Amino acid sequence: MSFLLPTNEIRKDFPILDTKVHGKPLVYVDNAATTHKPQVVIDSLVNYYQTLNSNIHRGIHYLSEAATQEYEAVREKVRAFVNARNTCEIIFTRNATEAINLVARSWGETNVKAGDEIVLSQLEHHSNLIPWQMLATKTGATLKFIPVDKEGQLDLSNLDQLITNKTKIVAFTLMSNVLGTMPPADKIIKRAKAVGAVTLCDASQYAAHAKTDVQALDCDFLVFSAHKMCGPTGVGVLYGKEAILNAMPPFLGGGEMISHVEWDKATWNVLPSKFEAGTPNIADVIAFGPALDYLNKIGLDKIHEHEMTLTQRLLDGMAANPNVILFGPKTTENRGGVVSFELDHIHPHDIGTVLDFEGIAIRAGHHCAQPLMSVLGVPATARVSFYFYNTPEEVDMVLRALEKANAYFHRPVKTNTLPQTPKGQVQGVVTK
Amino acid sequence: MMDNLDSLYREVILDHFQNPRHHGALTEPTVAVDGKNPLCGDEITLQLSVENGVIKDVAWDGKGCAISQASISVLAENVVGKTIIEAKEMINNVKGVMNGSVEVETLDMGDLEALAGVRQFPVRIKCALLGWTTLEEAFKELNI
Repeated sequence: MSFLLPTNEIRKDFPILDTKVHGKPLVYVDNAATTHKPQVVIDSLVNYYQTLNSNIHRGIHYLSEAATQEYEAVREKVRAFVNARNTCEIIFTRNATEAINLVARSWGETNVKAGDEIVLSQLEHHSNLIPWQMLATKTGATLKFIPVDKEGQLDLSNLDQLITNKTKIVAFTLMSNVLGTMPPADKIIKRAKAVGAVTLCDASQYAAHAKTDVQALDCDFLVFSAHKMCGPTGVGVLYGKEAILNAMPPFLGGGEMISHVEWDKATWNVLPSKFEAGTPNIADVIAFGPALDYLNKIGLDKIHEHEMTLTQRLLDGMAANPNVILFGPKTTENRGGVVSFELDHIHPHDIGTVLDFEGIAIRAGHHCAQPLMSVLGVPATARVSFYFYNTPEEVDMVLRALEKANAYFHRPVKTNTLPQTPKGQVQGVVTK
Repeated sequence: MMDNLDSLYREVILDHFQNPRHHGALTEPTVAVDGKNPLCGDEITLQLSVENGVIKDVAWDGKGCAISQASISVLAENVVGKTIIEAKEMINNVKGVMNGSVEVETLDMGDLEALAGVRQFPVRIKCALLGWTTLEEAFKELNI
């Protein structure tokens, strides 16, 4: 695997990549947290406030109509991006987390009862766990988890026992934000359908890095965040099948989501407005449009291939370093460009600090996935995550910095000549 | 490149990280408490043996970053033989150095001075304080 995108050209579109950190060129490999924005997205934000600023869906004046058109044009772009059947199936939220909460509250509280079961996977980050915990607590439903095996893949061997007639919803990630694993969504959805359960796919990581097709997946809901795919912060997307969304009560009440209002009652607007109460994040939604155009121009397939070339290089380099302990899949098969690891006896935060001094931005910590950390048997991991603007040279810089970090923490230092305390055994009072 | 990095990971810190003092468990602790730093996932157990208001022995166990581990090791080494009143003053001094209200030069802190470098790294202050806040909890547990 050796396909690479023309990163020299691409990087010119991302002004932030010229940043110097501690005097070194920035190496940004924390893309699973958020990606950078190309100049066209930044320009769109400024352009909106300079030329279009107004409230949408309610004005009869020029600016309001122009802004409404731009805003709704992005909804259509999102529809095409995920291949949804209808534009009204695309709901804008603040982020993927809010989209999951919308489903857990609106659909969940209507359809889930005591004794029902909610099935998640052990790969889930807090965003796709806590809303379901809250729903389970409120309704008396039970949470069940598809387990992760040693290789970081979901173990589907007991899928038929996990997803049963009691299962009301199956919610799982399409790409783990910790291990990069891409679970076999088709098998999980097929089983969920066989028992009549609804499915929600968390595409927060996936949508930015590989082609999403909700009709091919045949999931009922799918969520993602714009900021992890070159778009601005503050925009999330909920895709839902039209019939299911129509049957759901509103999530938030207020302006825009109503049809007719009296003092003591109201009727709801049609999709998608029913789920977009109040003035939405107009500027950021509009700026998400050029982000989608940008991704389409490069091509999701090519983005994935480029990232797999980088991932292969990183995995090879890590395999050659005996101090690296890798978590998750060891190959580029069925995975994204997210790699979690630790260095022998060095805490991920210490790795993160040394790398930061080399200009390298990685994530160190529990990645908002504490239960998964306990499955891996560590309190935290260090994580490298790529995007299409990363280069093989940057991979090599990361690998060199890891060797440096290892040498730095294991370098011989002067001890203050105290008798050393063997592990597990405390000696008497030690005085200086 | 390591100039600034060295001000965080001073020799003394690395020494304590590589050769932790008082690491393990006491046979008959007077008190044992757990401390957690949810941000890092660090978790420690701290045990004290206290007699007549004097800390006779300390032991600790747990996982964490170099800063938190070294800080607990330095703590253990420094509080053994001290009265609880002296140890509390030490806690206040370390906290003071971290939040900038106490100048490290005004104190005679021995090894503890090495922790002062953490002050330039705000996200790591909690790591450095984990042992000390856990020691405070131990005193609360003893009602002293």
